[in-house]
Amino acid sequence: MARRFGSVVALDGVDLEVRVGEVVAIVGPSGCGKSTLLELLAGLQEPDAGAVAGGGLEACALMPQSDLLLPWRDALANAGLALECAGASKGEARRAAAPLFERFGLGEFEHAYPHELSGGMRQRVAFLRTLLAGRPALLLDEPFGALDSITRAQMQEWLADALAAEPRTLLLVTHDVEEALYLADRVAVMSPRPGRIVAEIEVPFARPRPRRATVTSPEFTELREHAMEALGQ
Amino acid sequence: MRRWTLTVLLLALFLGVWQVVASLPGVDALILSSPGETARALGHDSALLLDNAWVTLQEVLLGLALAVALGVGAAIGMHLARPLRDAAYPLLVASQAIPVLVFAPLLVLAFDYGIGPKIAVVALMCFFPITVNMVDGLRATDRDLLKLMRSLGASRWQTLRKVELPGCLPYLFSGLRVAATVSVIGAVFGEWAGAEDGLGRLVLLASQQLETPRTYAGVVILTAMAVALFALVTLAERVAVPWNRRQGARTV
Repeated sequence: MARRFGSVVALDGVDLEVRVGEVVAIVGPSGCGKSTLLELLAGLQEPDAGAVAGGGLEACALMPQSDLLLPWRDALANAGLALECAGASKGEARRAAAPLFERFGLGEFEHAYPHELSGGMRQRVAFLRTLLAGRPALLLDEPFGALDSITRAQMQEWLADALAAEPRTLLLVTHDVEEALYLADRVAVMSPRPGRIVAEIEVPFARPRPRRATVTSPEFTELREHAMEALGQ
Repeated sequence: MRRWTLTVLLLALFLGVWQVVASLPGVDALILSSPGETARALGHDSALLLDNAWVTLQEVLLGLALAVALGVGAAIGMHLARPLRDAAYPLLVASQAIPVLVFAPLLVLAFDYGIGPKIAVVALMCFFPITVNMVDGLRATDRDLLKLMRSLGASRWQTLRKVELPGCLPYLFSGLRVAATVSVIGAVFGEWAGAEDGLGRLVLLASQQLETPRTYAGVVILTAMAVALFALVTLAERVAVPWNRRQGARTV
């Protein structure tokens, strides 16, 4: 697959296969076309060459980098937006979103407005909105990029648990190698522009993983070395 | 609270200077009434002033309502149809270049002495700030938000209703604030072109008849009307767009 913007070649010969139920992380330097790749998969852009099989608007829900919560809606209504777009009324959407809030530890924040929520909480609401879109595949574009490192670690564990409870095919774009290896079954490493996939690393640990034990294990360290090398660092 | 204290102090200072200038020996009372004389006229002519103020207020409110209805409709139309926006925007700007003062008598000729021409003049002046601000507000929607809506499978109408329209409210209110202040001037212009009553006509007559204190009293009421409308719009914005202030408070 390839994608150009004028004379800028954003993606060149990207070939990536994702199995149903698999979690694949894409790591790469900034500007390597990771976000473009997600938008191609989500059906928001058309590739200049090649094709996306099994992707598109019906199959994928995109979670953009910033939470994009609507300031005039409380958390429950923000998550329910996905259902409203599918034709549900506001009331129906709220009722359908409420059980997810309970299950994912957001029960007491249902009526909070975005400005009352912390960055991590806002990302959780944004993730639930993505989940409620009801698509088999989720495309997350650096979901924790703007968070501090402690919140980020908490969010990674939260996402791992959420995926265990609500299994989905997941594509996660990140520039954090550790995050990629902790969350994914497979990590695809991209080169700087024009972006192409230079390495694919299988992560042999079962999900969800105990965080401390995983990231400090020698196998994990070895995988990280491998990924860093592929990134050219 | 401090802000209001300062406003009152500035107003008092203004009134003081006005009083002093008006009582200088060389200043003709027929040209400049003092605040005291103006206040006396306000009391003395209160029934006359209020009757006429009510007429003007009706013209202003109906004209504003018409401008909001037309402006919001036009803005949505221009936003949804790009060719319409490109075609209509220059005309919209041109509509502001029409010298209302010249145009108003023709409206009176066409529609008679009634309230119609006044409403039309007010609407003509208020339509522009409302429409331009709202078009800008609709266009200012975060592009990523539009992508998200597309990814969620939202229709054009859903995106408009759930994201773009609520998001443009702060812009709409900016336009309304400008419209509220010029609306009173619009009504006065409309009355000058030909009217049987209204505060604008009263002020014009009073100044021609050298009833200077009455002229000033009328102007004070017209000013108060514009300020009150402005305050009313600001208040409505606080009720309708509470997130704007909250977000502002967060970034401070």
